Amino acid sequence: MENTGRKKVITEDDVRYVARLSRLRLDEKDVTMFRGQLSAILEYIEQLNEVDTEGVPPTSHVLSSMKNVFREDEPGVSLSPEEALSNAPEKKDGFFKVPRIIKEA
Amino acid sequence: MSNKYETVIGLEVHVQLATKTKVFCGCSTAFGARPNTQVCPVCLGLPGVLPVLNRKAFKYVIKVALALGCDIQKTVKFDRKNYYYPDLPKNYQISQHDMPLAYDGKVTIVAEDGNTTDIRVTRAHLEEDAGKLLHDPGLPFSYVDLNRTGTPLLEIVSEPDIRTPEEAHRYLVTLKQIIKYLEVSDCNMEEGSLRCDANISLREKGAPGFGSKVEIKNLNSFKAVRDALAFEEERQAGLLDDGEKIVQETRLWDEKKNVTVSMRVKEEAQDYRYFPEPDLVPFEVRADLVEEMRASMPEMPRERALRFSRQYKLGEKDVEVLISEKDIADFFEQVAGCFDKPRVVCNWIKGEIMRHMNERGTDIRGLNLKPGDLAKLIKMVDDEFISGISGKDVLEACIETGKDPAAIVRKKGLEQVSDEGALEGIVEKVIAENERSVTDYKSGKTAALSFLVGQVMKATKGKANPKLAGEMLRRKLG
Ligand SMILES: [Zn+2]
Repeated sequence: MENTGRKKVITEDDVRYVARLSRLRLDEKDVTMFRGQLSAILEYIEQLNEVDTEGVPPTSHVLSSMKNVFREDEPGVSLSPEEALSNAPEKKDGFFKVPRIIKEA
Repeated sequence: MSNKYETVIGLEVHVQLATKTKVFCGCSTAFGARPNTQVCPVCLGLPGVLPVLNRKAFKYVIKVALALGCDIQKTVKFDRKNYYYPDLPKNYQISQHDMPLAYDGKVTIVAEDGNTTDIRVTRAHLEEDAGKLLHDPGLPFSYVDLNRTGTPLLEIVSEPDIRTPEEAHRYLVTLKQIIKYLEVSDCNMEEGSLRCDANISLREKGAPGFGSKVEIKNLNSFKAVRDALAFEEERQAGLLDDGEKIVQETRLWDEKKNVTVSMRVKEEAQDYRYFPEPDLVPFEVRADLVEEMRASMPEMPRERALRFSRQYKLGEKDVEVLISEKDIADFFEQVAGCFDKPRVVCNWIKGEIMRHMNERGTDIRGLNLKPGDLAKLIKMVDDEFISGISGKDVLEACIETGKDPAAIVRKKGLEQVSDEGALEGIVEKVIAENERSVTDYKSGKTAALSFLVGQVMKATKGKANPKLAGEMLRRKLG
């Protein structure tokens, strides 16, 4: 991403990189289109930089008054294996079946 | 390894917390269930669900943080770690990135010679575990079991303060001991509730900075960690001696061949695009919660070791054996509370009790032995009411049947005969029947006495009190 002054510009390489991280296959037309769309989104978000945040503590959440929402360590209801697997395109012996992935031996 | 180099090791340990349910949903965390029977919309990552934090998991991390002397974050947030892999159906893991729940702690390890070293702990944070993948040999498929997905996981990262494979081993043993004392995880490596990855690099002695580091995975036991690090130390030293560079990479430990093997994957720089988890509101660690946790802490191993050597006047080695596990230390104290000869109790635990644990492949709880029963048994031996050998038999029967040791002694008729009246006739008979030994003894061959004692033991089927038999023989032959 190039940072020209305050304006951030999304390059076509940025689009390809993000697509790869998201396991999306894009053709060149998509890349051009998303470059424009993503840049527009960023530009829009950039407006937030105009707000003076001097002295405002950072937050990770918009609901600043809500804190400490816990549940107790009590068993809830799990799905039946049939339900759990009902959306799976492929399954076998109670497992989700996916294309072979080799990460570690 | 030549002493030209210094080894630099850091360890990353993952511990599954022993909650009944997962960290963000109510599914069970029990090990060994049929695949995909402990899953719900939350841990399957179905759209529209919200995670809710398990209070116990949160408390457990605070306990560990206190035990490791960590600073604790005042406000806790979680972050999404984004990556695509089928063991993680949401395509992100809820973890903690820049603000770990606990940081800046230490683990104090004790070397063989009693010297202590502090290994600094960089951070300890709470995250969710991923699912399990099985690969079909020969077929282009993998199978996914998401039961483990969402199990609370505590990641503990050490500073690169460890200098030898042996120290790494001690660090792990000590960390496991601490966590087990806190009773927040069973630390069972076979079931994956404790896992470890190691980082190792070499640098010339005195050199500033670090060499290129290698990450080692697939370490399934503490022994594997030590062996893999020892292998890697040699491998890297050999390369450096030959003027070669160490490739920064991930290697797998092959336990059968005793070597590390390069994973040979293109190490694309990981980009997890962490950002704050918007589905969880922040958590405040209030002082009263920390105090509650502090108050609930047991006496930790190092403190207990000090107290044991003071209170029970036991040697360092004995103390280390007794405090190695909280349950063993508790058991010892319960027995010593009923029978006030700690050294004798310690010897029984170190010897017979641990032998039974090993033989049965169980921990001390698994023996189902009541501390009061062991105390009774030890007292009977100590009072010479039964012989030491009978004592071992009674212990065995006690563990097998759970019956009272005194009842077992009665039933087996093992009471040692310590009554002179009862032995009188037998001693006389042995003297009469063993003229040669009697003559030998009288002519100064004292060894003949043990033969005669042996004869008394034989005649009483081992029940005579050998000390008393000896005394009686000496008196009569005197
Ligand atoms: Zn669930």
